[in-house]
Amino acid sequence: MDFSDLPDDELWLQMQDDLYDGMKEEVTAETEEALKRGYSPTEVLEKGLVAGMDIVGVDFRDGVLFVPEVLMAANSMKSGMEILRPLLTETGAPRVGKVVIGTVKGDIHDIGKNLVAMMLEGAGFEVINLGVNVDADKFLAAIREHKPDIIGMSALLTTTMPYMKVVNQALIDERLREEVYVMAGGAPVSEAFSMAVGADAYGRDAATSVEIAKAYMESMRKQPK
Amino acid sequence: MTNRFIDLLAKSRAENSPIMVDGGMGTMLFAAGLMFGDPPEMWNALPDKQDKVRGVYRGYLEAGSQIILTNTFGGTSFRLKMHNLQDRTFELNRLGVAMAREEADKFGPDRVVAGSIGPSGELFEPMGKLTYESAVEGFARQAEGIAAGGADVFWIETMSDLQEVRAAVEGARKAAPHLPIVATMTFDTKGFTMMGVSPSQAVHELSALNLAAMGANCGNGPDELEATICAMHQTDPNVILVAKGNAGMPQLVDGRATYNATPEHMLEHARRFRAFGATIIGACCGSTPAHIKAMTEALRTLPPLDPSTVELTVPLPERKVASSDKRARRERRG
Repeated sequence: MDFSDLPDDELWLQMQDDLYDGMKEEVTAETEEALKRGYSPTEVLEKGLVAGMDIVGVDFRDGVLFVPEVLMAANSMKSGMEILRPLLTETGAPRVGKVVIGTVKGDIHDIGKNLVAMMLEGAGFEVINLGVNVDADKFLAAIREHKPDIIGMSALLTTTMPYMKVVNQALIDERLREEVYVMAGGAPVSEAFSMAVGADAYGRDAATSVEIAKAYMESMRKQPK
Repeated sequence: MTNRFIDLLAKSRAENSPIMVDGGMGTMLFAAGLMFGDPPEMWNALPDKQDKVRGVYRGYLEAGSQIILTNTFGGTSFRLKMHNLQDRTFELNRLGVAMAREEADKFGPDRVVAGSIGPSGELFEPMGKLTYESAVEGFARQAEGIAAGGADVFWIETMSDLQEVRAAVEGARKAAPHLPIVATMTFDTKGFTMMGVSPSQAVHELSALNLAAMGANCGNGPDELEATICAMHQTDPNVILVAKGNAGMPQLVDGRATYNATPEHMLEHARRFRAFGATIIGACCGSTPAHIKAMTEALRTLPPLDPSTVELTVPLPERKVASSDKRARRERRG
């Protein structure tokens, strides 16, 4: 796989296209090629991977792409990230923000939640994915340990959706609620339901969730808590 | 060999009458005290909970359900493994079905027991780790228990991936080749399934599986389900369609997720599902025997709606075109 003949601007487009199509080997090779040409890890992340993932996010939100395509794109993004991550840490590149995410207690559905986690990583967030069946204590412990900016809760079942309110209440009781921005999501979850459980925002889908998370981080930079 | 479900379908065809199935199981068990995180299938084996499960069956049978689904939705070995119950797959499924069999038989010889089979919760390769072969085996384990409990039909539901439906059908046939199979998918993503299957694609692909009926369940409330059923019926008017929609969307009331569609709402939708081409009609999450009773009475006593005068409230699902200029860029790929 040789991309050395492509001019720089076309290399970025090619990288975005291959990421969109879930071509893991291509994205890996293009990431290496871009680094070889002297671009910084942050530039490769922004111009190649994040730009590609942005298109995926828009088309997912608009109903052009569905879960299988997005997962394949996210996997190819991951292969590029594996190369960039150590370099990003080395160069001390600033993180967009930190998110703790999990499917709430009693619920073992994680396809949508993992999608959100991958898209957040794709947008440059550090994501601590607590997995499924996460109770309030686990959320509290993770917040104390990782000091995230945002926590994301997911539920697919009506029986488990109300547990989001339990977590929110635990945050209030433990005086941690002011420290984090709380987002809720999941197939049966609505804007109204998210507000009712006390969340700050409702993530309708993965792309929207990333947009909201970015907007929140932006507002925090302008007006720190 | 006679089969109650096949007999019911034949009767429905001869009389041109709809068939009533049941409503939500999880909704009822939660109301009966099922706690966060507990697998509903475990109640099939707990002496102090078994009567609660039977109570749900009785509630729907009394409400008029000619078919009841068993408390085995999460009974694949994949799902039970999350609770470390995978070694009890056969037993938990058999018990759940056997109780339904006993309760149904008390209401007469024509009530049908449908063994519910839900999704594995896992993704197939290359997106996930599930292989087709292991999926078939997992579904077959569950289906053996369902058949041993005395089900009349396998009822594969809430599916989003066609490959998983195929695996479940193959697993079910392995366990009990003589039992008919129904499969319904969930179209909750802009009119498509989560994995991007359209209603018409589902009809085309599921038609190759020799199913007794197919259709749609769960999703985003009855309005969207009407469009799904309409699209499926337009694809092939000869297919026997199942419409089993949620009672609206959940809202938080007193710390519980409560669906906003009342029995009165749902009875109107029942008539509309029928008009749009559904034969087997019931409900899913958020519905109760009160919803099913109202729907049953409406379909039995009110005149059928004239399909030519009934209009959809949401558009038919349509494949979207990318707003990003993909074509120009893709052509340069080697």
